[in-house]
Amino acid sequence: MSEAQVKTLGERRAFEPLLTVDGIKVHYGAIQALRGVSLTVGKGEMVALIGANGAGKTSTLRAVSGMLKASAGRITFSGQDTTALKAHQLVPRGMAHAPEGRGIFPNLSVLENLELGAYLRKDTAQVRADLEKNFGLFPVLKERRSQMAGTLSGGEQQMLAIARALLSRPQLLLLDEPSLGLAPQVTETIFRTLREVNATGVSVLLVEQNAHLALNAAHYGYVLETGEVVMAGAGKALLESAEVRRAYLGE
Amino acid sequence: MAQLLQHLINGLASGTIYALVALGYTMVYGVLKLINFAHGDVMMVGVYMGYATAFALGREARASLLGVAVVFAVAMLGCALFGFLIERFAYRPLREKPRLTALITAIGISFALSYGFQLDIGFLPGASPRAFPEIITPTEWLIIGDRDVVVWNWQVISLLIAVGLMVGLQYLVFGTRFGRAMRAVSWDHRVAALMGIPTDRVIALTFMLSSALAAGAGLLYAIKDTSVSPLMGLYVGLKAFVAAVIGGIGHVPGAVVGALVLGLVEEFVVGYAASTWRDAVAFGFLILVLLVKPGGLFGRVAAEKV
Ligand SMILES: Nc1ncnc2c1ncn2[C@@H]1O[C@H](COP(=O)(O)OP(=O)(O)OP(=O)(O)O)[C@@H](O)[C@H]1O
Ligand SMILES: [Mg+2]
Repeated sequence: MSEAQVKTLGERRAFEPLLTVDGIKVHYGAIQALRGVSLTVGKGEMVALIGANGAGKTSTLRAVSGMLKASAGRITFSGQDTTALKAHQLVPRGMAHAPEGRGIFPNLSVLENLELGAYLRKDTAQVRADLEKNFGLFPVLKERRSQMAGTLSGGEQQMLAIARALLSRPQLLLLDEPSLGLAPQVTETIFRTLREVNATGVSVLLVEQNAHLALNAAHYGYVLETGEVVMAGAGKALLESAEVRRAYLGE
Repeated sequence: MAQLLQHLINGLASGTIYALVALGYTMVYGVLKLINFAHGDVMMVGVYMGYATAFALGREARASLLGVAVVFAVAMLGCALFGFLIERFAYRPLREKPRLTALITAIGISFALSYGFQLDIGFLPGASPRAFPEIITPTEWLIIGDRDVVVWNWQVISLLIAVGLMVGLQYLVFGTRFGRAMRAVSWDHRVAALMGIPTDRVIALTFMLSSALAAGAGLLYAIKDTSVSPLMGLYVGLKAFVAAVIGGIGHVPGAVVGALVLGLVEEFVVGYAASTWRDAVAFGFLILVLLVKPGGLFGRVAAEKV
């Protein structure tokens, strides 16, 4: 699908691109999950990616973070072509991905999980300070730091996944459905923290099924449908559009 | 009583050797969920490296402390390199293929090594077992009573080396940054890569480590047995694999406990029943453990197809 067919709503504030995804395709064997997805995330922006089950949201994040290889298209991150880079090579360049299903290591303690987030960092003193900062964001993690991560509740695991991602000091945080399976208050806490983190200058690309939550929090949003971006626009503008309300907000 | 003590010592001595080999199965299974059936044969190749080194050193040099160290170092380093090559060229290309593919490849490598080494061309040693040179001259280290209990120096050395290697490994896995990375890869290598962990390198190092431990264990076994043969890998490997499964495959302390238990069970069967019963009892014991605890003594049961 060409750019011209993407319906665009509202104004996007001026931004300096941090991530540019240009026409990527992803295949799982014979199944094509992405049919040419293009999107951008600006420095300091929070961008939401919404869409129904199976639309290709997770596949998009996986291609961006190098977990999957795109079969076509180009990904530029922080001014560098990163299309061919592997996941572990993107971390030192400032990318952090809290994957679908949280991806915590249940066989390691909470503290060890967090330390793995800082795996590549050599600035030990600064890591300590960041650890304390994250304990400030999520005090429950501090209480449970020597517990095996597998014993945490779903909400606590999600907090751990986010805190762990932040410990690599990313420029861009990729989040895959942080609200999945969580009670409304917990979701609210997590989203409040996300806005705080974003306010400190960390860009966020947020995948959500909960379109209302995501578009409210985000500056800009993209709507994905069967592997293609069909609509894009400012968060509020998308929230107000009749099509989005009908398809994703159940109205 | 004295007899019991003697069997206990002998059983522990062979148990620790099994343990070092079993740790290799368990570590590789931990990071790749692959049962590396070629592990015992990699060990055998390491033993031949040590054998060749011992000969090259000559009768005098190899019996010195330095000589022994050189034999172990060459065998362990050479075997680490060998393990690296196998992982790099046989298993890594199959990483994203169904697990059965790698398993069959492992069996293929096992046969290629154990039968290939029976050929008598070039550097290959041929089928018949050879006497392993005396790098540690057997002397009685401790005698209790009227030779009621005899502890040999090689038993003590073997025990010390094995325990030292195990303690080192335990520290590596649970006390270091690399060990943390290993445990992360073992849970999910895709997520581990998201932490910036170079998973291919962690897996390669795990293979090198397990091969080096196997070579060390194989040498201890060859010293005890005073012989080396191309089929020793199949035999020792199978026993160590049984030990790893008894302990719960993938579980590091479990492999050690499983191996010690197996070593003791075998020794007591030989001592109090008959040596011909040894293998039957070893496998019978495996079946018994799996009937009572399907995941092994320490393992958890995961419904999973190999
Ligand atoms: N590992 C896989 N193997 C085969 N097909 C896959 C795989 N992962 C995803 N797919 C397919 O690719 C398409 C896009 O999946 P993806 O997980 O990216 O969707 P999603 O938007 O994240 O969905 P959800 O909201 O359910 O998480 C789907 O049709 C899915 O069935
Ligand atoms: Mg998804």
